[in-house]
This record gives sequence, structure tokens and C-alpha cells, in this order.
Amino acid sequence: MGNKTPLYQSHLDAGAKIVDFAGWDMPINYGSQIAEHEAVRRDAGMFDVSHMTVVDIGGSDAKPYLQHLLANDVARLQLPGKALYSCMLNEQGGVIDDLIVYYLRDNFYRVVINSATREKDLAWLERQARDYSDLGIKYRDDVALLAVQGPNARDRAIGLFEDYQQESLRQLARFQGTEFDDCFVARTGYTGEDGFEIMMLAEQMPDLWQRMLTAGVVPCGLGARDTLRLEAGMNLYGSDMDETTTPLVSGLAWTVALGDERDFIGKRALLEQQASGIQQSFVGLLLLDKGVLRNHLKVVTPLGEGEITSGSYSPTLQRSIAMARVPAGSEGLVEVEVRNKMLRAEIVKLPFVREGKSMLTDGGNNK
Amino acid sequence: MSEVPSELMFLSSHEWVLVEDGVATIGVTDHAQELLGDLVYIELPEQGSTVAAGDSVGVIESVKAASDTYAPVSGEVIEVNEELESAPDKINDSPYGDGWMYKIAMEDPDEVSDLLDAEAYSVAIADEE
Repeated sequence: MGNKTPLYQSHLDAGAKIVDFAGWDMPINYGSQIAEHEAVRRDAGMFDVSHMTVVDIGGSDAKPYLQHLLANDVARLQLPGKALYSCMLNEQGGVIDDLIVYYLRDNFYRVVINSATREKDLAWLERQARDYSDLGIKYRDDVALLAVQGPNARDRAIGLFEDYQQESLRQLARFQGTEFDDCFVARTGYTGEDGFEIMMLAEQMPDLWQRMLTAGVVPCGLGARDTLRLEAGMNLYGSDMDETTTPLVSGLAWTVALGDERDFIGKRALLEQQASGIQQSFVGLLLLDKGVLRNHLKVVTPLGEGEITSGSYSPTLQRSIAMARVPAGSEGLVEVEVRNKMLRAEIVKLPFVREGKSMLTDGGNNK
Repeated sequence: MSEVPSELMFLSSHEWVLVEDGVATIGVTDHAQELLGDLVYIELPEQGSTVAAGDSVGVIESVKAASDTYAPVSGEVIEVNEELESAPDKINDSPYGDGWMYKIAMEDPDEVSDLLDAEAYSVAIADEE
């Protein structure tokens, strides 16, 4: 028996197939993963992500603490509710976890971390907190999370809020959130579509889920969540990066603020890696032959070998795609070893899909 | 509970077999397609090839995973369901109907007795349901 989110019964009622995910009993799909994927690309779908860990960080030391802890700089967050994606690194520059941090108000931040890394993350947060005196770290296991994603997701969701809340929700900019009492709504997500992520007290979440269902929002499982994020070129912790890889070889250089005086954990290692030359690039792969690319398959390029970090089937493109770490400078056609056969693939720019549309240019048509 | 038709025979690796006049029609079970989820790619044995019972003769892949498929009986592959190549999801929609995979002209009709009947297969998958 695993941990259960407040929506466990709602999942069963919706016909979910439940699997173990990092110790949680979570829905993998509700019948068809591909149909759920398409609902998010074309209309509106919802994901229970309450297994993720919410941590509130408060006190006058919260900002300097997070500036030391995170590779991205929370000083970039000026407006209350603003979100920032960041990696949390070890001293060697390896990624302990990736996370979203929201600046809720002065001296108060909210961090959402992965469930599979919960224990080591919390130990790290506490260990790094020792040098700060005015700092409170609070685990919000009383909070549930629902992601509502798709071109019609915001409209459907906004209709379920009180009249006085609707206007501010409508005006939310991307990567911006707003608080009402115990509820926090942010225009963020992990699918490449527009939408909201909603955090509220656990006991209130089943009612919101039910009203979303009535509003025509389709329940989507972790299976669709994975193919959506892969099409959107978004990294998955543990597959695309971990403690042995730095953000600079994981397609995440854009999330690292290296160009100022700020000292953060792992900065020295990243500067050294940068100075000695980055040996690998993180790229998208489009399979030209038939088959399906999978994690850990070997990629053969003219410059040497690489490895697929995340591979699957893209329902939007109706062919297999992957993200891979390959020798720096690799481009064009490569081969992937699948069951002792070499299949042809092409290196392409990430993302593959954004807001329902293929981002492939001329590539992919030369079958 | 997934469907296990009583007139079929089975392998524990989730292939089903229907034997008629020395020809075995082979597919994968409802239980298997449920475990795998949406199928997106299939490799079938070549028409005209000779296979032996237990040979790995193809692969079916879902969004989630790849799974080898095995020949339940020995003989010549006399027909393959080519429609599955462009529409592997027929296996999800109709594992015992339109989702059939290939047919073997059996060398040894007695091999059928090595297969599981519906009752034995239902017991075999009971723990996974």
C-alpha cells in the first residue's frame, strides 16, 4: 500500500489504472494515455500532482538562503506570485533536484519539489539552513496540487472561481500566480500548453476535481504527463539529469545565473566546467525509421557515442522522439541502436511541440 | 477483469491461439494489451518464414514499453495482419478480433496440448489483475 493523495478515490471513480510512483498510488491512465494526451493538446486535461512536495520558506533570511541554495536567482522574482524554475545543485554541480520557486510576498517563498527525491531534498534543505537564523521551513503536506492544462484549460478553470477572483485569474501573466486565502493559482505547467497549477488545502481538492469534471476537463494520468512534457522538451529529473550531470550538459544552462557576484552551491564547479569546455550537448532526436526510442539507448554520431535520456512515442507527431546527451557539436543524422539494429534519427531543436503545434521545420518530412 | 475467451488456447507470455483445420491464428490477449496500454508500433514475423514454438518472432510496443512476442506453435507463417503496421491500436480495440497478428500452418497439431487453456491462463494472470 502506497501513499494516497486526497484525490485517490476520485481517480478510482474515474476508472484510473493505478500504479506505484515513488511510493505513491497514482493514476497512470484512465483508459487511453494517447486520448488523454490529445485532450491536453486540443482542449483541457487535469493532472493530480499532489504527490509532489510543497515547502514554504519564510523569514528575513529566506531570500539569501534561496540565493545560496539555488542555481537560478530568486532576486529575479520581483512581483508577488512570480515563479522561477531552478536546479538545486551539489558542490560538484550535479543536480540534486529541479524545482519551481514562487515568490509569494516579502520574506515568503513556496518551493515545489519532486516526490521521488523528497527525503534527500528535505535533508539538503535543512542542512543548508544551518547558517541562517531567521528562517522557517515548513512542509505543506496539508496542500494538494492540481494541474489544469490545454488551450481551453484557463477558461474552464476560471469559471469555477468566485466572481471577484475571476478577473485577477484572467489577467495572470505566464509564470505568474495569485493567492486567495488558502488557495494559490499559478499560470505554470509541465505540458507545453497554457493552463494553471492550483494548490489548495487537501480537503477542498476533491470538490474542485468534481467541478472540473463537470466543466468538461479530462482526467489525465502520469503516462500522458510524460509524453506531453517530452514533446514540450521539458526535462524529467532522474532521467534527463541527476547528481552526476550538471545543468550545462542537460539543456538547462538557461536556468543558471552565472554572470554575477552571487555565490551559490555548485557555482564553482559550473564555472570550471565552462572554462574547460562543455563536452556534451543536450538535443532532441526524431526517429526517421519505424520503432520507438527508449531511455538509455545508445546514440552513434560522427563525433562519438551518446545516450538517450528520455525516449517515447509522440502522439502529436505520430512518431518516436527522444531527448539525448551527445558529443558537443553533433548535428544532422545519427543512428540509434534498438534491439541490435541501427535506426536512423535526426538531431532537432527542442521543443518538438508547443501549444498544440509541431515545431519541426523541414526535418521529419524526409521519411 | 479482462476477457479470456474459452475457445482459445494461451501462452503464459500472453499470446492467444485459435486452431482451425491445422492453421493457428495468433494474437495477444486482452490482459496483455491492458498491461501495455496504447500500442504504437508492431513488428510481425515475415510471411513465408518458418518458426518454432517458443521463438521470439516479433515485438509490440506501447507508449510505455516494448514486449517480445513468441510463436506458440511451429510451422510456416502463411498470413500476417498487415493492417496492424499502420494501426497497432487495433490490438487495443479488438485483441481477439481485428487485432489478430499472424497465422501459422502447423507442423505438429499435437503442440496445442502444450498450451494453456482459458482456465489455466486465467489462473496465471489472476495475480496481475
